[in-house]
Amino acid sequence: MAHGPSENFFSRWLFSTNHKDIGTLYLWFSFAMFLLGGAFAMIIRAELFQPGMQLIKPEFFNQMTTMHGLVMVFGAIMPAFVGLANWMIPMMIGAPDMALPRMNNLSFWILPFAFAILVSTLFMEGGGPNFGWTFYAPLSTTYAPDTVNYFIFGVHIMGASSIMGSINIIATVMNMRAPGMTYMKMPLFVWTWVITAFLLVAVMPVLAGAVTMMLMDINFGTSFFDAAGGGDPVLFQHVFWFFGHPEVYIIILPAFGVVSQIIPTFSRKPLFGYSSMVYATASIAFLSFIVWAHHMFTVGMPIAGELYFMYATMLIAVPTGVKVFNWVTTMYKGALTFETPMLFSIAFVILFTFGGFTGMMLSIAAADTQYHDTYFVVAHFHYVMVAGAVFSGTAAVYYWLPKWCGRMYDETMGKVQFWIAFIAFNITFMPQHFLGLAGMPRRYSDYGLQFADWNMVSSIGAFLYGGAQLLFLYNVIRTIGWGKPIDDPKVWDGAEGLEWTLPTPAPFHTFSTPPVVK
Amino acid sequence: MSKRAKALFLSFLSAATLMLVTGVAGAEESAWNLNMPRGVTEVSQAAYDIHMIMMWICTVIGVLVFGFMFYVMFAHRKSRGVTAANFHENLTVEILWTVVPALILIVMAVPATTALLKVYDTDNPDIDIKVTGYQWKWQYEYIGEDVKFMSELRTSQDEQYGRAPKGEHYLREVTQPLVIPVNKKVRFLITGNDVIHSWWVPDFAVKRDAIPGLFTAAWAKTDQPGVYVGACTELCGKDHSRMPVVVEVKEEAEYAAWLAGKKEEAVLYKSTIGKQWTNEELMAKGEAVYGVSCAGCHQSAGEGIAGVFPALVGSSIVTGPVEDHIGILINGVAGSAMQSFADQLSEVDIAAVIHYKRNSWGNDVGDMVQPIDILNYKQNQ
Amino acid sequence: MGESTVHRGVLVKSLIGAVLMFMFAIFVLPPLYDLFCEITGIGGKTAGAYTATEIKVDTSRQVEVQFVATNNATMPWEFYPVEHKVLVHPGESKEIVFYAKNLTGKDMVGQAIPNVLPNNAADYFHKTECFCFNNQPLAAGDEADLAVVFIIDPDLPASVNTVTLSYTIFDITDRVSTQVSQLQ
Repeated sequence: MAHGPSENFFSRWLFSTNHKDIGTLYLWFSFAMFLLGGAFAMIIRAELFQPGMQLIKPEFFNQMTTMHGLVMVFGAIMPAFVGLANWMIPMMIGAPDMALPRMNNLSFWILPFAFAILVSTLFMEGGGPNFGWTFYAPLSTTYAPDTVNYFIFGVHIMGASSIMGSINIIATVMNMRAPGMTYMKMPLFVWTWVITAFLLVAVMPVLAGAVTMMLMDINFGTSFFDAAGGGDPVLFQHVFWFFGHPEVYIIILPAFGVVSQIIPTFSRKPLFGYSSMVYATASIAFLSFIVWAHHMFTVGMPIAGELYFMYATMLIAVPTGVKVFNWVTTMYKGALTFETPMLFSIAFVILFTFGGFTGMMLSIAAADTQYHDTYFVVAHFHYVMVAGAVFSGTAAVYYWLPKWCGRMYDETMGKVQFWIAFIAFNITFMPQHFLGLAGMPRRYSDYGLQFADWNMVSSIGAFLYGGAQLLFLYNVIRTIGWGKPIDDPKVWDGAEGLEWTLPTPAPFHTFSTPPVVK
Repeated sequence: MSKRAKALFLSFLSAATLMLVTGVAGAEESAWNLNMPRGVTEVSQAAYDIHMIMMWICTVIGVLVFGFMFYVMFAHRKSRGVTAANFHENLTVEILWTVVPALILIVMAVPATTALLKVYDTDNPDIDIKVTGYQWKWQYEYIGEDVKFMSELRTSQDEQYGRAPKGEHYLREVTQPLVIPVNKKVRFLITGNDVIHSWWVPDFAVKRDAIPGLFTAAWAKTDQPGVYVGACTELCGKDHSRMPVVVEVKEEAEYAAWLAGKKEEAVLYKSTIGKQWTNEELMAKGEAVYGVSCAGCHQSAGEGIAGVFPALVGSSIVTGPVEDHIGILINGVAGSAMQSFADQLSEVDIAAVIHYKRNSWGNDVGDMVQPIDILNYKQNQ
Repeated sequence: MGESTVHRGVLVKSLIGAVLMFMFAIFVLPPLYDLFCEITGIGGKTAGAYTATEIKVDTSRQVEVQFVATNNATMPWEFYPVEHKVLVHPGESKEIVFYAKNLTGKDMVGQAIPNVLPNNAADYFHKTECFCFNNQPLAAGDEADLAVVFIIDPDLPASVNTVTLSYTIFDITDRVSTQVSQLQ
């Protein structure tokens, strides 16, 4: 019954219904978007290298910051983890493929379409979206460039892709686990993705609602966010952040899952506190729905509301802390080796926790008066999203690439890439904490002289970090093209799980007959 | 190798923390600033104190957790010949590390709450000031005193675009700062004129969004005279980084004198509105006004930006009937970024800048526009 | 044969269900939403028209009520409160006036949007009459004295001694073209 992929290049990739090929598509797409978003960041940091406007105009700078955020969040991070989900979930639960393979194909292929539209706005008259990736009204409605309608269209399509992908994941995990694989025997990566999928299904429609209300206000004379007609700009912020806060957990939960797979492997010890980890992930997901207004502490909320959101936000530290302690205890009394995936995973634990600390500081509303909309926030979210999600995604690629393509990556190059990325990342973003505390707001195209020194340091780090990504790209291509062949199913000494019982590289169709799980 | 570099990172973290604590950070204009200012109000000091408490708690937890991790990475390496243990759950430990952090949070919530209550205590102010965020400047109005003025960035385009060396107060200087008295409770009523802005003075720990259609409130009672610089902290368009907040806190007597002076200025202005200005006076004033209020969009030599901001050189409005030109400045252009300047610039400023534009960069209209013409236009509309 | 009948039955039921769902959303939800807003109010904004009931004036305390006016964007009218503050007892009905003048040569329509500070005072600030309940047409050069009649609820929290009522006036001429033509 098992057969290889279609001989025809176009039908193989355009019409694929195979979770491995679709996973590959998502991963390559997300990496291309990562490099594009990174190019925008390079432009930003190049302009911010010194005070004054040297390279670009302020209007274009705002387009760069906006597009950097949109492309990275919706085009790089989210599709990357969907790609990992596609590749790994069926193999991890002993399923032959995803539950809805054709919808899987659609979910992917609308993404390049959406991003082509979004990126093309940069070349249109009036320029691309310039109102920040959080696109607050009325800057994004009454005062937006004409291309805002393309932006809204792109967001709708990306949202549809995410919703369809999530439905697929939930259906697959609920219905296609191999006999004997109860929920509490599933790998943690699968758990975190199932919970993430529920979050996505719950909040993507809210984002769609927000941009549709924007569309109505801009084109059809409604006043959702316009005080003149009885509406309220703050309503936009509530609706957006009701989506926006769960969104950041959507970004990080799969990253937690990846790290929960990798650390036990390289510690040669089972994950400590499996059920605890599942409940902690579920608690984080639940809490993520009821804290959104901590992004709005300076908007003039009544004090009761502000106090509530502060307390609820502080609470999230508890389940997150539980996870960190569990990872560390997994390592404790293991037999550790430090291959590249492990290096990235350990760096994840340290740097994500550091970002969590600044998150705790941000949750204190009175102190947030000084942090809100400054570089302190920028530093915080880059620590959790880059040193968090991106490092985890990189770790996942190094970890599973041999299983995907049957070749081993160059370990020395991997370690070098790790150290450059780690050091460059900290050089880029640690100074941004200081900039924020010293008083530099975010989304600033120019700044006073007292901010010059740390900005220069940060920009140097950014260029280094960009270079590290190119090294990563090279390593991956080199591995796939002419890396050392490997055919050990287990690949890694301490690896456990159904995916490590399959041949390396994994055949086009796997688990056509379900395995038995004890 | 990994242990050494991890130790390096930890030392970097400790060094940074140490510097924060020992106050190397304190200096206001220091280039390598590490920490937020303690500020000159009760609220700013409460914010600073709780910031430091949180930072210390996080540092201690971080040192414990990361220290333990580094120990594990050193002691439990396979290359040391250890064999992995097999335990993978412990209910006691899970309960402990759920309950203890929760208790720490409850303890932290107490000062966090008191600090926030202070932020919201806007009742019984001595002075009320209406702050309006415009694209891209602030307007300050002293409620009940009939004193109202715009506060715009004073840094020249030449400095921004590298054609002149940057002054010491680059991007932190304005045409007219907000002036308030020391030791008095000042309440700020903040709104937006067009898009959402945000008014922030770090030394007061006042930050409230300026939202069009509604008002937000903040307060400050300063304990030290001085000049305090803040910023707009909500993306508001292309010159978001070019609308600084500058507040001068004066002793009460000085403040009273200043306020009286502003009112006299207004009276004097009204009484001399009929004065006829010379060409040289108009051109000089017009050039100054243009640099501050127009050059940001229309560019330093009136060339504009194609497709975005119209060029003034050879423009049919600028070289056409003066009535139409005045109308554009008074009423703005609905649906575009050209604002109505009737409320933002005085009649003198408007007359001067119109005169300057009509007679610069090759425009050679040759007519004269006097402040009284602007006043008449406004009254006869 | 039986299977396709079952499928068709399901299809018909789903389609009818979908139609009913949309009708519910279009006809039932808006009045429900209005009801919800009426009952709960919105932070910082008052709840709309208030019908005065017998209320006891609380002479033991006074509240300072301030008035602030601002023009949105390019709104060119002159607009300011005639008195910038008054002292009232909770429960006492008070009328104050805002002055508006259309300085342009065109007929225009304005809309004033109210705001009450602090937020916890909004529920206790009742406007029985307000020029903000309707839009304000003003012919070219015309001026008007716009009245607000309000009562502060005696249940206003003791911690509030200063209440600020502010209005932002917007130019809505383009949205209400029929009213503009009626001015001629």
